[in-house]
Amino acid sequence: MPADNVTPIELLKIYYYLKLTRGLEQRVSTLYRQGRIVGGVYISAGEEAIAVGSAAALEADDVIAPSHRDLGANLMKGITPKEYLAQYLGKQTGLTRGRDGNVHYGDITRGVIGFISPMADLLPVAAGVGLAFKLRRERRVVAAFFGDGASSRGDFHEALNLAAVMKLPLVFICHNNQYAYSTPLERQMAIEHVADRAKAYGMPGVTVDGNDVLAVRSAVAEAASRARQGGGPTLVEGKTMRMRGHAEHDDASYVPAWMLEEWRKLDPIDRFGAYLRERQILDDAIAREIDDRLSKEIEEAVAFAEASPFPEGKDLLEGVYAS
Amino acid sequence: MEITYLEAIRQALWEEMDRDDQVFMLGQDIGVYGGAFKVTKGFLEKFGPERVIDTPLSESAIVGAAIGAALMGMRPVVEMQFADFISCAFDQVVNMAAKQHYRLGEPVPLVIRAPYGGGIHAGPYHSQSPEAWFFHVAGLKLVAPSTPRDAKGLLKAAIRDPNPVIYFEHKYLYRHIKGEVADGDDLVPIGKAEVKRPGSSVSVITYGAMVQQSLGAAEKLMPEGIDLEVVDLRTLQPLDMTTILASVEKTGRAMVVHEAPKTGGIGGDIAARLAEEAFHYLDAPILRVAAPHTPFPFSPVLEASYLPNADKIALKARELANF
Repeated sequence: MPADNVTPIELLKIYYYLKLTRGLEQRVSTLYRQGRIVGGVYISAGEEAIAVGSAAALEADDVIAPSHRDLGANLMKGITPKEYLAQYLGKQTGLTRGRDGNVHYGDITRGVIGFISPMADLLPVAAGVGLAFKLRRERRVVAAFFGDGASSRGDFHEALNLAAVMKLPLVFICHNNQYAYSTPLERQMAIEHVADRAKAYGMPGVTVDGNDVLAVRSAVAEAASRARQGGGPTLVEGKTMRMRGHAEHDDASYVPAWMLEEWRKLDPIDRFGAYLRERQILDDAIAREIDDRLSKEIEEAVAFAEASPFPEGKDLLEGVYAS
Repeated sequence: MEITYLEAIRQALWEEMDRDDQVFMLGQDIGVYGGAFKVTKGFLEKFGPERVIDTPLSESAIVGAAIGAALMGMRPVVEMQFADFISCAFDQVVNMAAKQHYRLGEPVPLVIRAPYGGGIHAGPYHSQSPEAWFFHVAGLKLVAPSTPRDAKGLLKAAIRDPNPVIYFEHKYLYRHIKGEVADGDDLVPIGKAEVKRPGSSVSVITYGAMVQQSLGAAEKLMPEGIDLEVVDLRTLQPLDMTTILASVEKTGRAMVVHEAPKTGGIGGDIAARLAEEAFHYLDAPILRVAAPHTPFPFSPVLEASYLPNADKIALKARELANF
C-alpha cells in the first residue's frame, strides 16, 4: 500500500470512513429487509475503497460528482449519516425533502453534485463545474465517479472528450466492479481496462487495485495535482467487485460464486485494517473505540430519520421553479 | 430605431455579457465563425475566448457543462446550432436541468438558445419546432418571441432568470422581420402573453412565426367584418392562462395556431384547458391550425403545403366566426 506521506491520523480517518460506509449501508439493507425502507437500496460493500480513497485525496473545496456507490465520498464531503438515512426514508429532513430517494442526493454548497439515475449524466455536469473553476482561476478540482456500465454511454465519451479538449481540472474515477446490473464486463466492452479508453481522449489512463484504499488515494492525488496545475483530466480506473446485487432486491444469482469468494479475500476494509495493525496504528482498543462510535452514530441517524416528519402532500407543487 | 429580430437577439446577448461577467456563451462555431446564423459575430473579439467558447460537437456535453457552470453560479448561454439537435442533449435538459431545483433546491440559471422553425427550405433536421417535447416537462421555462422587441426583452429576462430557459428563436424571423426596440433594458417578463391585435370575433392564440401569419389573416378578414384578436403567448411555459382566458371570455371563440405538428402539440393542451376553464364562454368549438403529423418535408412545394400560413388561418377563422 503506497502510504505516501499520509499521517496516522489521516489513515485512521480513512479507516473510519470505510467502516462508517459499510456500517450505514448494512443498516439500510437491514431496514429494507424489515420493510422500513421503500424503493431501491444500493450498497457499495467491497468497493468502499474507491470512494473513500478518492475523497481522501481531495482538498476541502474540491467538488465531487458521485455515482450510486460513492457513499464514502459523500460522507467525507460532509453529508451526514442523519441526512443519508432521512433521504432513504423519504423524510422532509433528507437532502431532497422527499422529492427524490435513496442515493439521489447532494448539496452543491458542500461540493457534492446530486446523483441522478441516468448513468454518466453527471460527467458533463462535472466538466462544467471544472470549467467554472478554470474560468474563475480557482485552483479547484472535480472528482467525477462512474461505473464500468456508464462508460458505454455517450455522455461518458462527450464529457471526457470535452474535458480533455478544454484541459479542465477533472479526475474521472471508474468503479470497475465487473457487473452493470446483470451485464458482465465482456458484454459491456471489448477491451480489458476502462482506463484504456483514456488514450482515445488524449488523457492519461491509470488502472489501480480498487480494493487498496491507499493505491486509489495515491492515483487520485497524483491526477488531482496535475489537474490543479492546469495539466488537464485523468481517467483513473479502480478494479473491484460488486459484492451484492445491483440493488438489494437483486440476489445476483448470475454472478459465479467463485468470483465472490476470490474477491472476498481482497476485502478492502479487512486489508486496510490488517495494514494499520501491521504498522501499529490500529489495535484492538482503538478498533473497539471506533466501532462503538460508529454504532452510536448509525443508531442516532436511524432514530433521527425515523422520528423525522414526512413531507406534506400539500407541498407537492412547491419548488418546481427557483424564484 | 428599427432592427431585425436577429439583431435584437445579438443586442440582448451583447448587453447582458457587458453587464454581468458571469454571463458566458458556449456552443458550436459561435466564436471564430460567429455562429451558424452569425448571431454571435464579433463577440469573440469583444469578450474573448473564455466567454465565447467554441466547443466540440457534443450537444449533451455542452448542455451538461452549462448546467455545471450554472450550479457554480455562472450564467451560461448555450447556442444549439439548430433546435433539431437538442434531441442529442434531451437527457441533460429534462433529467438534469429541469429537476435540479425541485429535487435539491439548487437553481440552474441556464439559457439554451434554440434556432427553430421552417420556411427556410432546410428539410427535416433543420426546420423542426420541438417546443412540445419540453412543454411536458416540469421545471423548464419556454419562451418563443415573435418580434424584435420581445426577442430582446425575453432573452434578457431569460439570462437573468434563475431557472433553465429554452429560448426558441425563429430562423425565418431572423432577417424577415424588423421592429423598434428600446435602448438598454426593456425586459419582457417571462410568463406574460401579449395581445398583438385586439379584436372582437375570434381569439387566435399563437406564438413565434405564426403571430405574423395570424396578423396577416386578420387583415384578410377585416373586409368581411371578422375581427380577429391575436394573442401572442411569448412564453409557452408557464402559460399565461389569465391573458388567454380574458381574451376568450371576450370573443367567445378560440383557435390555437402553431407551426409545430398538431398531434401532441401545445395547442391541444391549450384547447383542453379552455374546455375545462372557459366552456361557458365558448360559442363555438375550439379549433387548431397546425402542421400535419408528418416529418418536416424538404421540397419547397411540400414545405408550403406543410406550414400553416395566413390563408389557412383565415379559412379556419372564418369558419369559426360563422359557426
